Amino acid sequence: MYDLIVVGGGPAGLAAANSAYQKGLRKILIVERDKELGGILNQCIHNGFGLHRFKEELTGPEYAGRFIEMLKDTNVEVMLDAMVLEINKDHEVHVINAEKGYQVLKAQSIVLAMGCRERTRGAIAIPGDRPAGVFTAGSAQRYLNMEGYMVGKRVIILGSGDIGLIMARRMTLEGAKVLACVEVMPYSGGLMRNIVQCLEDWDIPLYLSHTITNIESKNGRVSHVTVSKVGDDRNPIPGSEMEFDCDTVLLSVGLIPENEITRAAGIQMDGRTNGAIVYENMETSVPGIFACGNVVHVHDLVDYVSAESERAGAAAADYVLNGKSEAEAVKLVNGNGIGYTVPQQIRVSRVEKLADVFFRVRQVYKKSVIEVSDGEKVLASYKREHMAPGEMEHILLTRAQLDQAAGDTITIAVKEA
Amino acid sequence: MKELVCIVCPKGCRLKVDEENDYAVTGNACPRGAVYGHGEIKNPTRVLTSTVKITGGLYRRCPVKTDAVVPKGKLMEVMQLLNAVELKSPVKIGQVVIEKVAGTDANVVVTKDL
Amino acid sequence: MYDVAIIGCGVIGAATAFELSKYKLSIAVLEKENDIGMGASRANSAIIHAGYDPKPGTLMARLNVEGNAMAEQLCKDLSVPFSRIGSLVMAFSDEEMATVRDLFDRGTKNGVPGMKILNAQEVREMEPMVSDQVVGALYAPSAGIICPWEYTLALAEVAVVNGAEMKLNTQVEGIEKKDGHYVIHTNKGDVEAKYIVNAAGVQSDKIHEMVAEKTFTILPNRGEYYLMDKCEVERANHVLFQCPNKDGKGVLVSPTTGGNLIVGPNAEAVEDAERVNNTAAGMAFVRAKAAKSVPSINYRNSIRNFSGIRANSDHDEFQIGIAAENFVDLAGIKSPGLSSAPAIGLEAVKLLKECGLEAEKNEKAVTTRERIHFRTLSDAQKQEVIKKNPLYGRVICRCETITEGEIVDAIHSPIPPCSVDGVKRRAGSGLGRCQGGFCGPRVVDILARELKVNPMEILQDGEGSKILLSETKQEVNA
Repeated sequence: MYDLIVVGGGPAGLAAANSAYQKGLRKILIVERDKELGGILNQCIHNGFGLHRFKEELTGPEYAGRFIEMLKDTNVEVMLDAMVLEINKDHEVHVINAEKGYQVLKAQSIVLAMGCRERTRGAIAIPGDRPAGVFTAGSAQRYLNMEGYMVGKRVIILGSGDIGLIMARRMTLEGAKVLACVEVMPYSGGLMRNIVQCLEDWDIPLYLSHTITNIESKNGRVSHVTVSKVGDDRNPIPGSEMEFDCDTVLLSVGLIPENEITRAAGIQMDGRTNGAIVYENMETSVPGIFACGNVVHVHDLVDYVSAESERAGAAAADYVLNGKSEAEAVKLVNGNGIGYTVPQQIRVSRVEKLADVFFRVRQVYKKSVIEVSDGEKVLASYKREHMAPGEMEHILLTRAQLDQAAGDTITIAVKEA
Repeated sequence: MKELVCIVCPKGCRLKVDEENDYAVTGNACPRGAVYGHGEIKNPTRVLTSTVKITGGLYRRCPVKTDAVVPKGKLMEVMQLLNAVELKSPVKIGQVVIEKVAGTDANVVVTKDL
Repeated sequence: MYDVAIIGCGVIGAATAFELSKYKLSIAVLEKENDIGMGASRANSAIIHAGYDPKPGTLMARLNVEGNAMAEQLCKDLSVPFSRIGSLVMAFSDEEMATVRDLFDRGTKNGVPGMKILNAQEVREMEPMVSDQVVGALYAPSAGIICPWEYTLALAEVAVVNGAEMKLNTQVEGIEKKDGHYVIHTNKGDVEAKYIVNAAGVQSDKIHEMVAEKTFTILPNRGEYYLMDKCEVERANHVLFQCPNKDGKGVLVSPTTGGNLIVGPNAEAVEDAERVNNTAAGMAFVRAKAAKSVPSINYRNSIRNFSGIRANSDHDEFQIGIAAENFVDLAGIKSPGLSSAPAIGLEAVKLLKECGLEAEKNEKAVTTRERIHFRTLSDAQKQEVIKKNPLYGRVICRCETITEGEIVDAIHSPIPPCSVDGVKRRAGSGLGRCQGGFCGPRVVDILARELKVNPMEILQDGEGSKILLSETKQEVNA
């Protein structure tokens, strides 16, 4: 019987395992499907990680390396090249691995840290032929950065999410011509710094409010792409077509939390995040099962993943060492302009001093105020100069503020100045 | 007055740089933003991240970076120099691959134990 | 000199090869693509129809009902996913109820077993998610769903195990009669055979015209589809049709054997018989029509679009028969072609014997095929196979839980794949919601390792579909 089994050895799993160990758990197992720890960070060779967590700018592998290094001083077990096929409410973890075969492992607590996957061409139904040369940006990144292969020479990128932007620069540096980055929304889905250093630095045009409306092929490989402007309804405008001869389309059209085993375990899900509904300590609807990182909601900064996962790991330790404690919860309601919040519920009596709340807004806001209220009175408000759906927002609610709330809901809303 | 987005960290502060007033920077949330805004107008620089060939490792490429910024205009020259590098596993994070690359003060260093 | 050359290896060519391989015959199968089943057999509704649609007395009617009856045992013998879930043809008006009654009568004449006409309430009990506009339906319990890729592969693999020669990348360019036998000119040289079976799908009219007068013309007809994530499968328990119209059986909504939901097709006459693209208009049509049956389908859960070209002809009937001396047409095989396939295979043998083919049963011929489908094993069986071969303990495709063992089995199967999609059709990797985003690079690796080639030679699918264009870090300036 393990104290804790962590499903996934990426940044979330590593941070959760470390913090659970620091809080006193001793029988911890990390199950990782790849041949090494670190998860997707291993292919994110660009820098920009760790400014919050380590106060310096690290690359993905370096950031992962810091956490892997921390594990070396612990007795946390790691099972690599292993896949969790199933978990259940009784805290059983079904795992397979070439050496050990099929095992059912028991744990007092579980942390789900499986991360997310990329949305594909099928999810957005791009018309046209279905040749080779259409890749998700992440697959192309793996080929390029780890395996050492170029997937294309003349490239169109659909979607301005961070991975797409990063790949625009990487492909350019490796000698490819990136012809355009095409974004269906009127704003970019990625961080501003990536627009600057990945597109503008290399004179790659960004077409906002545009999408790919046809892919053509020659000899089984992409040969031509049509890009059209879209209207406010996001439907293509006839007559606005631009034509590109190219051999590759990279898709950076969103990430989806990887929650198949979560759903199968009967854990309550949030349709907006596509992740589990969690409490302030990252506990799911099943006592003793916690979730953290991109499996809960897609983050833009790994630093926040680590912080969230450390809270999950600490909470798992608390659960194992001190037992579960039922408490009344208030629901966080998505008010005006709010796409989702994590956590979705707060058990106020369990908040020591501060409760972290992450959320995303639904559109771009200039000067505005985030207002937290219980429906009657304002509990807290936070000024913002700029907010965008591509940039996750974070506020801290104090125990005192939470205690003031009457009723069982707290609404978070945007007010434009 | 030039407007630009700070790329020092993912926060993306919107900076204003006043060329007429000794490149004075406003809109920055931290001192690094002021340094960036100043430099970006006078002499733009970037950290370069890329890969080099490696044999005997789990993968065929090893990630590397410049351990300091290099002038934007030298990025492609550094990329060319990386093509000639071939490492042998094992390598450690921080191991220098090329010293003072392309006449700059930056070293190219390994960013992953492999 | 072969006894029989089969031109084209879709499900019809494969079924014919399967039946012929039970005899002591030398058989060549000529396929122009780099894998088998690359035409209509790979992109269709994956349905085994009950057989109430075709006009009584037609070949289509007889072969559909016979093929349907054969499917269950055949799929058991060949380890092909098949499930007799039944179908509903739903009516949305009193006029359509009249059509339903006509279909019932047709089905009765065609010998379709167990049909029933249901009222609205009975339909809703069986299918809680259908539109409340449904007034009744024809229920045909013998309809089923199948994996058309494995069906085609399994039939052809058994033929190959029994000695049939599979000649891929072999395009027929002309046929000559010489000294009482045929000389087939191909891009890979001449192939000589005493008998020819024309199973060339959308090209079957051109092959026919190489030896006989034109009697039919193929009219390629494209159908577009959505394949939905497993979370959408609850929308339908049976194959849900609307009443047929002049364009065919209309848009269906159905579970698949893989546990997904399939939605489609439309029907559009096209000129290019080989181009399987999707169009914005076609996909919008499918969505709109499907919404009439099941309004709640959520297209955000789409995982893939595809289209297939049906080998419709200018006759509302299969073009099956002896077209010339020792030359059998299995042509114009439109829907219900997949359903009829095993019966068409038998029909082909019968016609060849009519032509004079002397065939002696091969008592040693294999008629079964096994494969490990890891996901469907019990926990104990999983443990056991991993112990025997640790590769079954490494999951490569996480969406579909496909192991490295299954992928290696596929690569070393009787008709080895050379592409990532070839592995997909055999092992099921990359079929799931991430569409190979995760496992694609790993499958490329495994293929390169097992076939002992450079990863850059691995294709996505058909000839030319290169995945990797070059290595990084190759240019070194002196």
